[in-house]
Amino acid sequence: MNAPADQLNGEQSSTSPVLEVANLVKVFPIRQLQGIRVIRGIVQAVSNVSFSIDSGTTLGLVGESGSGKSTVARCVLQLLVPTSGSVKYHGTELVGMSHARMQPLRQEMQMVFQDPYASLDPRLTVGNAIAEPLQVHKVPGNHSERVAELLELVGLAPDHAKRFPHEFSGGQRQRVGVARALALEPKLIVLDEPVSALDVSIQAGVMNLLQDLQARLGLSYLFIAHDLSVVRHISDTVAVMYLGKVMETGPAELIYNSPMHPYTQALLSAAPEPDPTIERDRQRIVLKGDVPSPVNPPSGCRFRTRCPKAQDVCAEEEPLLLDKGSGHMVACYFPEAVSVMAPAVAR
Amino acid sequence: MNDAQTVLEIRDLRVTFPTESGAVQAVRGVDVTVRAGEMLGVVGESGSGKSVTFLAAMGLLPKSAKIEGSVKVHGHELVGMNNSEMRKQRGKRISMIFQDPLSALNPTHKIGHQVSEMIRSHNDVSKAAAWDRSVELLDIVGIPQPRTRASQYPHEFSGGMRQRVMIAIAIANDPDVLIADEPTTALDVTVQAQILDVIQDIQHKFHASVVFITHDLGVVARIADRVQVMYAGRSVERGDVDSIFRNPTHPYTRGLLASLPALGRERLTPIPGAPPNMLRPPSGCAFRPRCPYAEEICAGEIPELHPLLGLETACVRAEELLPEGVA
Repeated sequence: MNAPADQLNGEQSSTSPVLEVANLVKVFPIRQLQGIRVIRGIVQAVSNVSFSIDSGTTLGLVGESGSGKSTVARCVLQLLVPTSGSVKYHGTELVGMSHARMQPLRQEMQMVFQDPYASLDPRLTVGNAIAEPLQVHKVPGNHSERVAELLELVGLAPDHAKRFPHEFSGGQRQRVGVARALALEPKLIVLDEPVSALDVSIQAGVMNLLQDLQARLGLSYLFIAHDLSVVRHISDTVAVMYLGKVMETGPAELIYNSPMHPYTQALLSAAPEPDPTIERDRQRIVLKGDVPSPVNPPSGCRFRTRCPKAQDVCAEEEPLLLDKGSGHMVACYFPEAVSVMAPAVAR
Repeated sequence: MNDAQTVLEIRDLRVTFPTESGAVQAVRGVDVTVRAGEMLGVVGESGSGKSVTFLAAMGLLPKSAKIEGSVKVHGHELVGMNNSEMRKQRGKRISMIFQDPLSALNPTHKIGHQVSEMIRSHNDVSKAAAWDRSVELLDIVGIPQPRTRASQYPHEFSGGMRQRVMIAIAIANDPDVLIADEPTTALDVTVQAQILDVIQDIQHKFHASVVFITHDLGVVARIADRVQVMYAGRSVERGDVDSIFRNPTHPYTRGLLASLPALGRERLTPIPGAPPNMLRPPSGCAFRPRCPYAEEICAGEIPELHPLLGLETACVRAEELLPEGVA
C-alpha cells in the first residue's frame, strides 16, 4: 500500500520481502552441576519459526517472557548462530555466511536495544557513539557532519554531539540509540523493546519518530515488544509467539480484531485498556498457571496445558500454522474468530 | 460523599533527600485519603514521588530522608514514630507488596516459615498454629496445594506464585491498609491478570482498603475505584476512575491519556520535554515547562487541588480550559 517508498529504492520489486525467515530453530545446551554429576539438557528457545517482512513495513513480534522473541531477533542479525533454518536478506542466505561476507551486509541491518542507559558507553560523547559504526565500517567522508545530520534526523540538536549520555533523559538517550542505528543507512532495523523502559509521555515521541523515519527512509522494522497496544500502533503484520513457536500471524487488524488462536485471545483480553467502562464490561479470559519451562515443552501444541479449549488431539500432534485467508495464519486445531477487544454485550 | 470511614489519611507530606548537590524534593506536600473498602489507584511516571510517598508512610525510607507532615491510619499518627514502634504498626496497620517478589523473599527459608514469621511477629501463637494459618493464607491467594507448597522454597515458585506469597504475607495480620507498589510490573500480562484478580478478590472479600501504585493507566482503569495522579512530587488531579478517564481536567492527565496508543489513533501526542529536576523544581506549577497552556499565572504560587466537575484538580487554568459543552 506504500508503493512510492519502494520505487525510490528502485533496485527491488515491491513484492520481494526484505527479510525471509524459514523454519528457524535455536536450541541452547544447559550444563548444570548438581552434586558431582553434570546434567545436560537443551532449551528450545526458538522452534520452527517462519515469517517475512516486506520492504517498508513493520512486523511486530509479541509474546511473553521466554517466548523466544529476542532470540529470533538475534538470530536474524546473526548475532546468534541459528541451530537450523534459513534467514534470507533480500534473497541472500545469511545462515552459514562467512564473517567477511557478512560484514558489508551488517551495515544494512541494525539494532536498537531496550535499555538506553545500558546500551551507550558512559565515557563516550554522544557524537563519538554515533560515529563509531562509521569508523568500524570505514565509511568515507566527514563523520562529524554526518553525526550532526543524524542528530537532527532524530530530533536532537547538532551541538548535543559534544555531550555525554548522562546529560540526556531516557527518551533522548533512546533517540541517540536510534541515530546510531541509522548511521550506516540500514534498510532493516531490529527494535528489541525500544520503548519499554520509557514513560508513556516520552514513549509517544519515540514511537512517532520511528514512524516518521520509516516513511522518510523506507525502512523495514522487526519490532519486538510485550506491550500489545504499542505493537498494534506501529505494526503492519503481527506474529504472536509462545514458548518458541508462532501461534498466530497475519495483518495487524485481523490479529487484533478477530484473533483465532486461544492464546492470542487470552493475551489480548488480559491486557488492560485505559478505559474503565471497557474494563468493567469486558469478558476476560484469565489463563491458569504460568508458561511451562522451555526445557521440556508440552507435547503437541505447546499452549495446550493452559488452553481452555484443549482436547486429546492437542497433546498428540503439533498443529500446523495454516492459512485461514488474507494471510491470517493460525496454529490451532480449534480456531475460531472471537472479538476480545470490544466490550462484551451489554447486560 | 464522605460516608465511608477514612482509613488512611496523609496530610501535607513532604520528603526530601539530602544529596551532595542539594536537597532532592521528592514529595512536596501530598494529601491522600483512603476510605474503608476502596481501591485507590496512584498513577505517575518515574520520579513523580508516588512510591516515596507510601514508603514514607510505611517508615521504610533511609534515615537520611527528611519527612514532614502527617500519616494517620484510623487516627493513629505514624510520622515521627521510632523504629520499634513502627515495626508494630507495619503489617498490622499498614502493609506493603513490592514490585519484585524475589528480592523481598528470603531464599533460605521455606515459604510457610516466611508467612508464619509475619503472623508470629504480631500474634502470640504456636508455630504449628501459625503454620496452619499460613497454609490457609496461601490458599486464599490462590496457590494450589498450599500445604505442599508451604514446605517449598522461593526458587521453586514462579514469578506470579511468588507475588501471591507476598500478598499472603502482606494480608497475614489483616492490615487496615494494603499498599501495592507496582505489584504486576515485572509480570507477564497473562500472569498480571491473575494477580489483579487476587488483589481485587481480597478487596471485595475482606472489605480491604488498598492503595495500588502503578504507571500503567490500563491497570488503573481496570482495578481502581478512585484515582490520584501525581507529578513532580505533588498530586495534580484526583477523583473517581470514570471521571478521570472521561473528563480529565488537568493538562498533565490529559497529556498522559493522549500519549497512549489507542484504537483508531494514527498519531500519538507526546508531552514535550522531560520531568523537572527535583533539586530545583520550577516555581508554581511544576508541569508548567511542559504544559501547552502555561501562562504567567502558572509560575506564581504552587496550585492547590480544588473541586471541578466532581474531580479535584491542581490547575489554575482548569476552568478556562474545559472543552466546550462541558460544565
